[in-house]
Amino acid sequence: MIPTTIVLLYLCVVLYIGIFAFRRAHAGEAEDFFLAGRSLGPAVFLLSLFGTHMTAFAILGSSGHAFGNGIVTYGLMASSSALVVPLGLFLVGTRIWAVGKRYGFITPVQIFRDRWETSHVGTVIFVVQAALLVPYIIIGVKGGGATLAAVSGGAVPYWLGGAIVALVVMSYVFFGGMRGTAWVNTLQTSMFLLFGAVAILVVSRGVGGFSAGMEALLADPSTAPLLTRERVSPLYFLSYTLIPLSSIAFPHIAIFCLTARHMRQFKRTVVLYPLCLLVLWLPCVLLGVMAHRFADDPRIADKLQARAELAQGGASLEPEARADLQRRAQADDVMLVMLERTAPVWLVGLLGAGIMAAVMASDSQILALSTMFTEDVFAHYGGKERFGEAVQVATGRAFVVALTLVAYAIAVAVPASIFDLAVQYAFSGFAALAPLMFAAFFWKGSTKWGALAATLWVGLATLGIAVFQSLVPAPVGPPVVVWRAFELDLVARTAGGTSILGLLPVVPMVLGSCLLLWLFSALTPKPSEATIARYFPGNQ
Amino acid sequence: MRVVKRALLVGLFVLLYALHQDVWLWRSARPLVFGFLPPGLAWHAAYTIVVAGALWLLSTLAWPHALEREAEQVPLRHPEDEA
Repeated sequence: MIPTTIVLLYLCVVLYIGIFAFRRAHAGEAEDFFLAGRSLGPAVFLLSLFGTHMTAFAILGSSGHAFGNGIVTYGLMASSSALVVPLGLFLVGTRIWAVGKRYGFITPVQIFRDRWETSHVGTVIFVVQAALLVPYIIIGVKGGGATLAAVSGGAVPYWLGGAIVALVVMSYVFFGGMRGTAWVNTLQTSMFLLFGAVAILVVSRGVGGFSAGMEALLADPSTAPLLTRERVSPLYFLSYTLIPLSSIAFPHIAIFCLTARHMRQFKRTVVLYPLCLLVLWLPCVLLGVMAHRFADDPRIADKLQARAELAQGGASLEPEARADLQRRAQADDVMLVMLERTAPVWLVGLLGAGIMAAVMASDSQILALSTMFTEDVFAHYGGKERFGEAVQVATGRAFVVALTLVAYAIAVAVPASIFDLAVQYAFSGFAALAPLMFAAFFWKGSTKWGALAATLWVGLATLGIAVFQSLVPAPVGPPVVVWRAFELDLVARTAGGTSILGLLPVVPMVLGSCLLLWLFSALTPKPSEATIARYFPGNQ
Repeated sequence: MRVVKRALLVGLFVLLYALHQDVWLWRSARPLVFGFLPPGLAWHAAYTIVVAGALWLLSTLAWPHALEREAEQVPLRHPEDEA
């Protein structure tokens, strides 16, 4: 009960912070509720931005992925993000901040509408962004329920844990808006950065030191491949580097860029971001690999057994049997298993709170979706003029409540696997929307028709991949080629998703987005000189 | 000079992107760096630190000062607030 109590105490602290933020707020002001009055200081900006970007995957998923795939997890996801994400913040984030400050923008769609002198194209972009964002919110609620259930050893059932997390997140977002969210994210980031360092020290002691642990893994032929990348193709590894492009296109990240008090805060954020990734991801990946040293634990043994049966059974397995083995092979809880074996119970609780912190990243996404709906639909189509700013803020708050309740209902009713896949699509989808951001700020020749073509492509391509993957079941063994032509494997169904010419779908999606953006922009009239001058001042 | 500086910075980040694809360490499991880090993981950990340094260089040498000056002139609605 001690770990559960500590986690629940943490949730109470988080709730208090959100309500405290409410008291600091300027009631009825949209810029204050949605952007904290553009007043976030340097430390809060860095930590809350990082916390907003990290999700449950940063701790639970990364260690689970490393358990199954080895050290490749870090290079695949962390070091590529270390390069691409801060670069995006430097190049695009600063410009988002600057135009937001000068012209009062609150959402990326407002920037697009102004930049390309359009109304309804912005609405199309909003629809695609919202559709891609919703799975994230549901995954966050699911993660909260699963974490509380795991930390409490089942004493807090999944549905109750999910409800508690949903209620806490909804409350501090409702009361505190962006200010509350930013403060909570600052606390959460501090906790889960500390978590990585503490967890690795504790577990390292538990396995008799990492050196001995690594030597033991190397000596065993079944675990030695985890310490190399021989099971992953370099082409797959290369194509994954486009996934972090999604960060600057995520609405909640773009909106966060608007909250900094001063532009110079981006300098420190950009430099420290990779180091924050290192501090969080390196321990989690190491621990995920090291979990194989706990094969005597029945839970770890069951996962290994399920993986072995999946590998042996292959395509001959019945769908139900395969689904059961895949569920048993899920490794997102290996971190908690190791901590329960090696850490004192009070530390397990603190570390559980750290995990909860990462899991509750859906707060920024809920607020972002609320901001987008309120600004890009309600206010844009006359709601603010007709009903006033206070009603606009009240609408935003009501949307927070409605969205959280719907997300909770879906999270409890529908299996996780669907949303795990949806989040994969979201990463690729948002990465393919990133060219819009770059075009808006770096290419004078981009037009609304180019933006529309790229956005429609992203929506259709994401849907197409989702339909393909639902119609063609995932193989257990090597990829199954679905379309071969000109002696090339054009499209294949893999265990993890889809490959197109051996690359992840994100590659053709991003390339297609760039091509359509360029082609349709080249064929259509440019925005006015006055608009171009606002985004490309002569002395820049 | 400005063009040269920009070209060097672009070249630096293109090089960093290429170095991310460390195919020469793909199948290497030894030597274990510091006694426990496989070389493929050690490379990417060091890479992350080098990237931070390159980003410091970028933000020092290529900071959009004019953009910052213009935007900072716009006053905040509540300048007394800092969250």
